[in-house]
Amino acid sequence: MAGSGTDHLRDPAAHDDVVLRVEHLVQEFPAGRSGGRRQVVHAVSDVSLDVRRGETLGIVGESGCGKSTTARALVQLPPPTSGRVVLDPGAATEVEMVALSGSALRAVRPRMQMIFQDPISSLNPRRSVRDIVGEGLAIWSKASDGLHQQARVDEVLEAVGIDPEVAATRRPHQFSGGQCQRISIARAVVMDPEILICDEPVSALDVSVQAQILNLLEDLKAEYGLTLVFIAHDLAVVKNVSDRVAVMYLGKLCEVAGPDELYANAAHPYTALLLGSIPEPDPEVVVDEGLVDSGELPSPIDPPSGCRFRTRCPHATDRCAAEEPQMREVAEGHHVACHHPLVAVAE
Amino acid sequence: MSTASAAGPLLSVQDLGVTFGTADGPVRAVDGVSFDLTEGRTLGIVGESGSGKSVTAKALMNLLPSYAEVEGSITFGGRDLRALAAARERHFWGVELTMVFQDPMTSLNPVKRIGEQIAECLRVHLGRSRKVATAEALDLLERVGIPEPRKRLRQYPHELSGGLRQRVVIAMALACGPRLLIADEPTTALDVTVQKHILDLLDDLRRERAMSMILITHDLGVVKGRADDVMVMYGGRTMESAETPTLFGRMHHPYTRALLETIPRIDAPAHTRLVPIPGRPPSPAEVGRSCPFAARCRHRIDDCLDGVPPLVPVPVGAAGAEGAEDASHHSACIVSVGSDGRGDS
Repeated sequence: MAGSGTDHLRDPAAHDDVVLRVEHLVQEFPAGRSGGRRQVVHAVSDVSLDVRRGETLGIVGESGCGKSTTARALVQLPPPTSGRVVLDPGAATEVEMVALSGSALRAVRPRMQMIFQDPISSLNPRRSVRDIVGEGLAIWSKASDGLHQQARVDEVLEAVGIDPEVAATRRPHQFSGGQCQRISIARAVVMDPEILICDEPVSALDVSVQAQILNLLEDLKAEYGLTLVFIAHDLAVVKNVSDRVAVMYLGKLCEVAGPDELYANAAHPYTALLLGSIPEPDPEVVVDEGLVDSGELPSPIDPPSGCRFRTRCPHATDRCAAEEPQMREVAEGHHVACHHPLVAVAE
Repeated sequence: MSTASAAGPLLSVQDLGVTFGTADGPVRAVDGVSFDLTEGRTLGIVGESGSGKSVTAKALMNLLPSYAEVEGSITFGGRDLRALAAARERHFWGVELTMVFQDPMTSLNPVKRIGEQIAECLRVHLGRSRKVATAEALDLLERVGIPEPRKRLRQYPHELSGGLRQRVVIAMALACGPRLLIADEPTTALDVTVQKHILDLLDDLRRERAMSMILITHDLGVVKGRADDVMVMYGGRTMESAETPTLFGRMHHPYTRALLETIPRIDAPAHTRLVPIPGRPPSPAEVGRSCPFAARCRHRIDDCLDGVPPLVPVPVGAAGAEGAEDASHHSACIVSVGSDGRGDS
């Protein structure tokens, strides 16, 4: 697969609670010249996604698949090469972010907040934790006065499990990695965002701390009514937190489905390869011998024609090279972009 | 694991301790670690950051900085490694005992061609001529599954993907025909599909060359099915050690069980509430006079804070199983909580 199409998007007319809709997102970066020709990295190529209010969309894939680039393009860091990022599609408050710039874009940005992978380097080492968490509020004057602002910061710090008294004076280096990730989460949540974009929020943490942060995100999601876009390379983590999972490969979407459906009935050969590669700590689970593949990712500067996964796919045929697969439904809410899916399709 | 086989173990570590002198006083990174490794077997060492697993490996490889104070004995093939280190017998490390590191980029020289780097081991340690060494380097690249090996010989590390680079590092580690290969988080920096290839490769090579291996990882899933024995470390000490099926089947130490329970499971339904381990791993500076896991342990009793629990054989009765006592299963926990770990059912 690794294909395009929008068949997996939900009709905003039927689902008035779609809060974010991404259409035909393309992100390309210049990559110098080769033989006098300007080269381009095709980081994200025609990706469409949508998220309903209160839902967690998990995006999973290996390094270089474009999952982080997609997350950053959502918040316009930087704005995508082309495509649409629509907040509240179909509603009166509909905003298309890509077309915005300057103060109009700034005004929309607090609605989407982001948490990054490395909790320590994403916090300013010279400022106290309370200042870091309160900075967004101070800039936006969201709280009417300093006292309210302080109360709001303290409330959110409590919610993420950091003692506000301690946060008042200490700086990030005095906290552990797990605590710094809690502080990053507080900094995002304090702005009262609708959508929280988490880019590999637990991959820098020790496994014994990971569960604390994942549980915290679930709690905050319920408490503050958040919608989450959760990006990770760990399939088990993504399954645990997501209501819907999108699998990406080399800048394209492979498969979109609910987590239980996806992991039980993977339709895309790439999803099956990923699942078959996981080392399983539980002796009761027998993992099928996975597919044979070369393990090498093609260059995003010159991606394969047709389906981008075909160079590693055991089921690839001539059609896969000639024609790019489009997203199609193989089961209720389960979409795959593959000419030869692993499950039966009603044509 | 602390019992030697009849032939005697290839590697025997007794009461290993490593203390670093720092500006804030001594930091004890490894404390009283003992294990034996029989020829041809794979030992998995599992632990989080700060557990002392990498420092243990570096002590074996004689790679610790001069300000590290090492105690205990390390015997490899009947020779005292610490005495060899003192005598500056440098042709021992890299020949009989080699290591693969976590980050394949920083463990290769960025300004030297791949072929030269592999040939260098052979020329320095085994005195091969340039021509012979290059021919052997080509064979090694082929053996570790690098496509177009002749072209790769002339390339630089940055021209290769992470997975290929790690294969090059493995080729270098194999060059002199080691008896023991230490792999320290060899796949942590790699994608999951690449990880499987590298682990499979290491497994094949170990079998083919009758090598022993120490596989260090933070991921219990990586050791399962690949290691014959597992040693779980925390706060610089061994918490539990056993043959792999015993460890997963009759987990005894609360830390081992907490570690397995806290990891999201791929076969559990979405939104299954995770069982967190409260608090954070201890920093080596905090290693003190109690069980290192006591502060985070659900089963803590007052006695846990009173002295470091010794690593003792697990009575089979406590595991609720029948049969002869399993002399390979040791645990450093004074609380008998029974073995109701998930793996038991």
